Amino acid sequence: MDSDQKLKEILDRREFLGQALLLTGGAVAFLLPHGAEAAELDVEKEGYDWSAHRYAYLIDPSLCIGCGSCVRACKRENNVPDGFFRTWVERYVVGGESSHVDSPNGGLDGFPPLSVGFNATKSFFVPKMCNHCASSPCMQVCPVGASFRTKEGMVLVDEKRCIGCGYCVQACPYGSRFLNEETKCADKCTWCYHRVTKGMKPACVEVCPRGVRQFGDLKREDDPVRKAIETRFVSVLQPHLLTEPQCYYLNLDREVR
Amino acid sequence: MPEITGYAFPNDIHVHWSLMIVMYPYITGFVAGAFIVTSLYHLFDRQEFKPVARLAMATSFCFLGVATFPLLMHLGHPERGVNVVVTPNFSSAMAGFGLLYSSYLLLLVLEIWFVHRQQIIETARRSRGLKRFAYKALALFTYDTSPEALAIDHRAIKVLAGLGLPGACLLHGYVGFIFGAIKANPWWSTPLMPVIFLVSAGVSGIALLILLYQVTSKFSGQKPEAATVSALARWLWFFLIIAVTLELLEIVVLAYEKSEAWAIIGPLLATRLEFSFISVQMIMGSLIPFILLMIVTLMNRFLHDRVRNTLSIVAALLLLMQVFSMRWNVVIGGQLLSKSFRGLRSGYSPDLWGREGLIAAIGLVVLPFVLLWIFDRVLPIKYSSEGHGGSGAASSPEASGAMAEGHS
Repeated sequence: MDSDQKLKEILDRREFLGQALLLTGGAVAFLLPHGAEAAELDVEKEGYDWSAHRYAYLIDPSLCIGCGSCVRACKRENNVPDGFFRTWVERYVVGGESSHVDSPNGGLDGFPPLSVGFNATKSFFVPKMCNHCASSPCMQVCPVGASFRTKEGMVLVDEKRCIGCGYCVQACPYGSRFLNEETKCADKCTWCYHRVTKGMKPACVEVCPRGVRQFGDLKREDDPVRKAIETRFVSVLQPHLLTEPQCYYLNLDREVR
Repeated sequence: MPEITGYAFPNDIHVHWSLMIVMYPYITGFVAGAFIVTSLYHLFDRQEFKPVARLAMATSFCFLGVATFPLLMHLGHPERGVNVVVTPNFSSAMAGFGLLYSSYLLLLVLEIWFVHRQQIIETARRSRGLKRFAYKALALFTYDTSPEALAIDHRAIKVLAGLGLPGACLLHGYVGFIFGAIKANPWWSTPLMPVIFLVSAGVSGIALLILLYQVTSKFSGQKPEAATVSALARWLWFFLIIAVTLELLEIVVLAYEKSEAWAIIGPLLATRLEFSFISVQMIMGSLIPFILLMIVTLMNRFLHDRVRNTLSIVAALLLLMQVFSMRWNVVIGGQLLSKSFRGLRSGYSPDLWGREGLIAAIGLVVLPFVLLWIFDRVLPIKYSSEGHGGSGAASSPEASGAMAEGHS
């Protein structure tokens, strides 16, 4: 009994020392400068090498049925505030003499039936999101460098640095950015960076029932997205602006801007 | 929720750059415009501008003093606003703000000091106690008013005015550049934008000085000088013609080229901006003052002072409104169209209260005049012009302190 008590005390002491050591380490880690380098270490600790990837996104609108699952998944995954969209789906109804485009609530609740006043000859859905442009105007115009590109090619916003001026929102030709009324910072699609670095797919890709949305790694030779971009006819949105979007579209109609 | 005609990208229906971003170029416009007036005297020796030169400089300074306020009111994180100056990202035009603003402020403070130096020294000599010390400190503890020192002052003023004029142009042209270099927005994206901003800054600055000059003259019981009023009106006419020409040129080119953007800008002008652009900016704000100022300029000889003063005041008031509506139409107009080029949102009206509301904006317009009043208390603006006996020489004997006191 007595020796048991003694053993427990020793264990407690050992535990105490261990915890003290942890705490000291924590304090040192806390005092270390934060920022990009710290983030890099975090990512690498999890066995993830961010310089080993170069992500790209492939969308085939001809497969999209406009169910809106991607928009809902994105909203849930990223807590996207009501009325704002990190991704949305557009519906195109096109005829010889006229065309109609809409995106009721970003496609969040799917698409209600529609009748147009002209003879429609084709109709399709187009998912949209941040294009993570390689030459992105939003990054260029950020006065404090809060918008930045990761080594894997994602364009992200540092919420600790963003001053909420909205210049990037104005500069994005795709309407992919917005000012988040809660954080008062610029907000946009991150390609679910938090999931991707853990080896998962972005939420929108994960839930798409038709495989419209594909996420790939251009640094992997056998990657299907890379193969599609290399061998098939792909286009990007508003190519004349030379923003080098990293979202590629298969079978894109000329009505889509 | 705003009403949408056509199709707008779902994130494109918000006016993120609101009234405060309209106020910002409006206020910096006065900074640049008033400086142009002061330069006409200090740099180009146009004697007819002497009575307003100091007033113009003080006006420029007071508006510069509040220029950052609308930006800070607008920022989502104003507490991080200083990062634009401390850790700027130089690929962004906006990052140049700190450099431009602070160097222009420095220039303006120096010029004001050199212009008022003799007066500061005389006030220090006349005063006692704390006031004496304050003015002595303002004079940087040198009482040198020898002819050589005054000649140096005069040269310094010339050099500073020479640097200040391009400085003011840069400060305001840069604001135009912020908009003009956004390739995503066809209503903004034109190299004409910085020039339009600059010339309309000239319009607003001169218009404000026509008003201020006549109002301050009235308060001090003096008649505004006819030569000054007609010269201001002439220059205002000139700036107005260039401003409107450029503003229309931008639109005419878009329409004539039948550019892709015209498909959305045409409807924008014809529906959403019909009142604020066509009625207010172009007809009431440009055409009417154009005619009024034409009368003042071309029929100057036949005009009674009172008629000239009234015509120029009415034109100036209309032009102050024109320049505001121009800022409004650019900033707000550009956000009413969606980058989808397929849709327009309904008009935007600011809140009454709140950081970016109407009351705050009115406060921002009033504040520079309060600063101007304080400025006049510290460094009486009329000081030198009262001593101006028609000789026009910069080193002419200044008015006595008693006269300056009498005015304020």
